[in-house]
Amino acid sequence: MEGLNYVGAGLIVIGAGIGIGQIGGKAMEAIARQPEATGKIQTAMLIAAALIEGIGFAALFAA
Amino acid sequence: MRRKFSIKKITFLLFLVSFVSVAQHNEKKDVANAPKEEKDLKVTIKEYINHHLLDSYDFGLFSYTNDQNEKVHIGSPLPVILWDNGLKVFLSSKFHYGETLAEVDGNYYKLYHNKIYKTDAQGTINYDAEHHPTNAKPLDFSITKNVVMIFVVFLIMFFMFKRMASAYQKNNGMPKGMGRLLEPIVLYIRDDIAKPNIGEKNYKRYMSYLLTIFFFVWIVNLFGLTPIGVNITNNIAVTFCLALFTYVITTFTAKKDYWKHIFWMPGVPVPMKIILAPIEFLGTIIKPFSLMIRLYANITAGHIVLMSIIGMMFVFNNWLGSSLSFFLAFVLGILELLVAALQAYIFTMLSALYFGSAVEEHDEHH
Repeated sequence: MEGLNYVGAGLIVIGAGIGIGQIGGKAMEAIARQPEATGKIQTAMLIAAALIEGIGFAALFAA
Repeated sequence: MRRKFSIKKITFLLFLVSFVSVAQHNEKKDVANAPKEEKDLKVTIKEYINHHLLDSYDFGLFSYTNDQNEKVHIGSPLPVILWDNGLKVFLSSKFHYGETLAEVDGNYYKLYHNKIYKTDAQGTINYDAEHHPTNAKPLDFSITKNVVMIFVVFLIMFFMFKRMASAYQKNNGMPKGMGRLLEPIVLYIRDDIAKPNIGEKNYKRYMSYLLTIFFFVWIVNLFGLTPIGVNITNNIAVTFCLALFTYVITTFTAKKDYWKHIFWMPGVPVPMKIILAPIEFLGTIIKPFSLMIRLYANITAGHIVLMSIIGMMFVFNNWLGSSLSFFLAFVLGILELLVAALQAYIFTMLSALYFGSAVEEHDEHH
């Protein structure tokens, strides 16, 4: 069972990466649809990304 | 024209290939020569990174091994302040970087794994079953490297903003010098962070805190990227304190509605209210906790990755690999500059969000 925590860390990174990628992609889409709302979308995107990142890091430190 | 271009390309490619072959040749020689040395190098790099991530009792700039095989440290010692049945103050140079014991008033102290333990005259350290030292630890109020840098940042901020304020007064509110650089940032925090999240009515009370936290975190993060080798936000105690400020301010400025929504959520059935109360209360603690972890983990991870890539230069030890990792380190360094500002921004932003939830007034008809 040695080394399973590294597998867990890998899974965490994959999960967080997919999540942040989704946020970034959707934000791009939203900006393309409504360029005048760029500022608001960016702020919301950063907050959401930061929240995911926080959970990702917390899990990474536990692993 | 086209032909000329393709010839140039081919020449360039050949040029590259010749260099790659030289590099490969070097690599082979290295592997044959010293497989053991390479392992030592990896261990050294790992130790170096761990050392960099820790706080220390002296302000060391760098150290090297001289011709006589002695380790030479460049830097200055800092005061160690202990509380052990009375105040004990001495300079950290007494430890000689952990090599000797420090004797103060008949008590002996040893620096072991970056912590100070009380020992006997021989400096024995007793271990328990899990190899943790069981020696007594005196209460430690030492002025460490991080504390010194926090003081420095405090002084920088204090004098910079004081001068800026007097410059604004002299010029009837026109920015001058540093003010021109920082005014957009201050206005951004006011108009895009504080106002939308806290609300027109209440935002003024929180502006001083938001500005302070933003500039403090930002400057501290930037100092972490300089070759002085300090990283303050990489210390969980520091980020804990910053998050504690946010928690205390949120808790003490919260209005009636905030507490009502935590302990007796309006608009839901009574059994649900009882279930929701502890969850909501836990939420108030988790919010600053996530602030703490986020800043700490981001900066720590950034430093580990950056230092590992710098360490790769020495592991590769040929010009192709080393220059590649140099380039990577350069790009990552720029990314870290962005992260330094981004983390300050997110800390400020989320603090503003929490303050906003604390002073929000709800209509009673949900």
